[in-house]
Amino acid sequence: MTRLPVKKTYKLFVGGAFPRSESGRTYEAEGQNVARASRKDVRDAVRAARAAQPAWGGATAYNRGQVLYRLAEMVESRVPEFAELCGGRDEVERAIDRVVWYAGWADKLPQVLGGANPVAGPYFNFTVPEPTGVVAVLAPDASPLLGLVTRLLPPLVGGNAVVAVASETRPLAAIELAEAIATSDLPGGVVNLLTGFRSELAPVLGAHMDVNAFDIGPSNGAAAELETLAAENVKRVVHGNPDGQSPWEIAAYLELKTVWHPIGQ
Amino acid sequence: MAQAPVLPPGFELPLEPRLPRIGSIDAVALEERAASLAKRSIKRDAKVFALELAIRTIDLTTLEGADTPGKVAAMCSKAVRPDPTDPSIPSCAAICVYPNLVPTARERLQGTGVRVAAVASGFPSGQYPTPIKVADVRSAVELGADEIDMVIDRGAFLSGRYAKVYDEVVRVKESCGESAHLKVILETGELGTYDNVRRATLLAIAGGADFVKTSTGKIPSAATLPVALCMLEAVRDVYAETGRRVGFKAAGGIRQAKQAVQHLVLVHETLGPEWLTPELYRLGASSLVNDILMQLRKEKTGAYQSPDYFTLD
Amino acid sequence: MAELDRAAGSPAAPGDWTYAPAPESRDIVHLRERYGLFIGGRWVEPSETYATISPSSEEPLAVVGQASPADVERAVAAARAAFADGWSSLPGSERAKYLFRIARILQERAREFAVLESMNGGKPIKESRDVDLPLAAAHFFYYAGWADKLEYAFPNRTPKPVGVAGQIIPWNFPLLMLAWKVAPALACGNTVVLKPAETTPLTALLFCDVLRQAELPAGVVNIVTGDGSTGAAIVDNPDVDKIAFTGSTEVGKAIQRRLAGSGKKLTLELGGKAANIVFDDCALDQAVEGIVNGIYFNQGHVCCAGSRLFAQESIYEPLVDKLKMRLETLRVGDPLDKNTDVGAINSAMQLDKIRELVESGREEGADIYQPPCRLPEKGYWFAPTVFTNVAQSYRIAQEEIFGPVLSVLTFRTPEEALEKANNTPYGLSAGVWTEKGSRILWMAQRLRAGVVWANTYNRFDPTSPFGGYKESGFGREGGLHGLEPYLRFDE
Repeated sequence: MTRLPVKKTYKLFVGGAFPRSESGRTYEAEGQNVARASRKDVRDAVRAARAAQPAWGGATAYNRGQVLYRLAEMVESRVPEFAELCGGRDEVERAIDRVVWYAGWADKLPQVLGGANPVAGPYFNFTVPEPTGVVAVLAPDASPLLGLVTRLLPPLVGGNAVVAVASETRPLAAIELAEAIATSDLPGGVVNLLTGFRSELAPVLGAHMDVNAFDIGPSNGAAAELETLAAENVKRVVHGNPDGQSPWEIAAYLELKTVWHPIGQ
Repeated sequence: MAQAPVLPPGFELPLEPRLPRIGSIDAVALEERAASLAKRSIKRDAKVFALELAIRTIDLTTLEGADTPGKVAAMCSKAVRPDPTDPSIPSCAAICVYPNLVPTARERLQGTGVRVAAVASGFPSGQYPTPIKVADVRSAVELGADEIDMVIDRGAFLSGRYAKVYDEVVRVKESCGESAHLKVILETGELGTYDNVRRATLLAIAGGADFVKTSTGKIPSAATLPVALCMLEAVRDVYAETGRRVGFKAAGGIRQAKQAVQHLVLVHETLGPEWLTPELYRLGASSLVNDILMQLRKEKTGAYQSPDYFTLD
Repeated sequence: MAELDRAAGSPAAPGDWTYAPAPESRDIVHLRERYGLFIGGRWVEPSETYATISPSSEEPLAVVGQASPADVERAVAAARAAFADGWSSLPGSERAKYLFRIARILQERAREFAVLESMNGGKPIKESRDVDLPLAAAHFFYYAGWADKLEYAFPNRTPKPVGVAGQIIPWNFPLLMLAWKVAPALACGNTVVLKPAETTPLTALLFCDVLRQAELPAGVVNIVTGDGSTGAAIVDNPDVDKIAFTGSTEVGKAIQRRLAGSGKKLTLELGGKAANIVFDDCALDQAVEGIVNGIYFNQGHVCCAGSRLFAQESIYEPLVDKLKMRLETLRVGDPLDKNTDVGAINSAMQLDKIRELVESGREEGADIYQPPCRLPEKGYWFAPTVFTNVAQSYRIAQEEIFGPVLSVLTFRTPEEALEKANNTPYGLSAGVWTEKGSRILWMAQRLRAGVVWANTYNRFDPTSPFGGYKESGFGREGGLHGLEPYLRFDE
């Protein structure tokens, strides 16, 4: 007699926990019932992100780098599981390598993006990059794992907390990634993953006054609406490249702070 | 200074942020403020007022080893009547000399209203035993000095022996008696920082100084505008907290009318018009007067002047 | 010393020292009666006009153009043509030399520009002379040097000009804001359509003469004057590739909305409500200077003005006493007088706004202090104002007043100061005053603001990036970072 396997319930990932949607709704994707997040789930996720951000942004860059490297370790240990949910082993390996690549940036950004400014006066003046705060991300549909990792890591490595909406049609890799994140050392709330209908969730994120930046993906039909909503609190709108890998991707979620102090006896 | 409540030993420092507190000075901001005040544009009537005020507040000074009765006598005439051709020009506030020359000056200035100031207390270094400094002051007073310009012991100050500095000011003040006014020279150019300038200013005032004075004129860095501003702000704090008015004397390096006007602007905008009087403000100078006279005559005649028309005394 | 006074024989008693007027001469400025729009290197007659005035006297200074959407279209076409006809492909080293020329000419004609700036904008001549003009020239000089070094600024990327930049600038630093916008745009190989503020067009129009002297190719910089509708026409023009706006948060949001979905690059430098935080161990007299410079510099018409003073309770009384005493020495009046510290409010509209907010402060229960000062009868004036007993919830503690009005609040601990300072939708700048180094860095790290001035305030430099967090905008102006908004990278 063959054993009947235990099936997974695919839930949201908010504040380090795996709740069902408060709405009790699900939808079917990739043959599974997946939580269909609501406006209130968005609210809870942003709240969790805001609460988690200061400690994550305030952690040492070395620590952030190590934690993200640990995430790569967690994904590496589940390569077969991930491979089934995305484009295969190659995509998983590229995703892992991308996590490692970004992890290494944590303690290099201030030197590459900031520095001392030679002002014409008796002042010491320096510029440092800082996280912008809470970042909302609409994950790309193509390459459900690599695409998500590509858009998730740039805000994360800079010290932001993220609320990401997984690919609507291929959300399972995102939920698998949430489980890897939950077992990494990333503090609860730093990454929050919502599954559901993008057309429902994106405008809520776009209008949310406590979201600082919004990656709406490559320009599409919804851009005008989302950008209009984003203007209400002057959000930084990013048209994320689904396969980009560069420090400038990180810079899109950083604020530059310049500090002056007189030089005197 | 304000009397703090009695505290246990070791807790004498003022623990309240009330004024005047020692605090600290931000050098860059202080210098910027002084520089911005130096840019005030003082024209016409306001300039004439300032130049005449400058003359009225000058302590005409000679402090050379080569000073003789003849030299001092000539300087006294200059102080009484800076411009013999123009009787509207006021007299200087005082002349400032070494103690040996006080009798000459005293005699020359009898009845003119111009006062005699003597540098004493081991001027200019202050590196003498306290009894000798006190005796130096006492003898200058006995010789007829109306005002004493003492120096603080910078060696003691810089090695942290503030009590010694304070004690000497107190004892010199006693030696001045009722009649002689005491100006305390900090020699700010040797104090190194504005923090020290402020600390020394408050120390001198606590010790009983009637005036605080920047410099001896014997070292290059003297009455700069930021130093003056720093001391004026300390004087202002003392007044705000205690109501006591302490005078200020800028001395050393002030050779041009323009500098004198800048110093007066500093006082005007820091302590207010009340301090614009010889009773509370002095400019120590040896060669400033003629430049002021040239400027005044230029204001009156409209023509630029030549030094050949102003007497060197 | 009574005898001494008598002997001195001077009639003047202490206190009589009133500074005589010391006006900078207006002769250096030669205004035309009418100015057209500067399009394609030529003066173009506008369809409509309006008079620009001096806010200190209300006298009309000149008639200037009110550019219509059609005028804007012509200007954009001229900019596009200049971009295509050689400017974008000119070697960086050649672009650099044009910018160096402009910098030098601005230095040579600095006094003329300073006087005109004070005439048209109302700011004290000592500020236009010592701040606006030197910084404007320095800005061109700085970005000139970048023009042929862009590839070193962005390693592993290929920087290219964006195209036609539409630039809309405010009235508080008219020429300086022009320099902040035009210098990096040209250094990066873009061409420009710039709209100066409605109330302060004259230095931008005089700048066109600098462009002539510099022999800048026609159409590289086009200046169109007018009100908000002209600005809207620039924002809406489909052939503009990038918009740079400095001004109010309200208008900034409107521009961001208008551009939604357009794909145009955008940078916004918007409003602020900066906290200036004073700890009890600070260098007190210098902190007072910093507070005064923070809020009364340029009549408080400064987006990064330190309009919320947070005083540690243990230093509150002496600090406020000193501040009030210092206010009494501020000289309010003729902007052209070299001794004026506080000039005229830029416009009747701005004056109304300041009055309205100040009235709300009174009504909400704050205590108002204004030093005795006689304001001129003609023109727009507002006395330097301090509100004490202000609660965080009052409008004067929340809204940008953009005038010489300071709200004083108190705090007890660094944590509390930080929380209150960050408790605002804005995030442009902040000030910290303490002698304790570790506390400065602790505060500087946590203040959510693009510029933190520690033991100083309102310092600017072309090498120093400037720009906001949150609703104070995005993008940086100044420094290497100020190049990025004017470049695209195909990667």
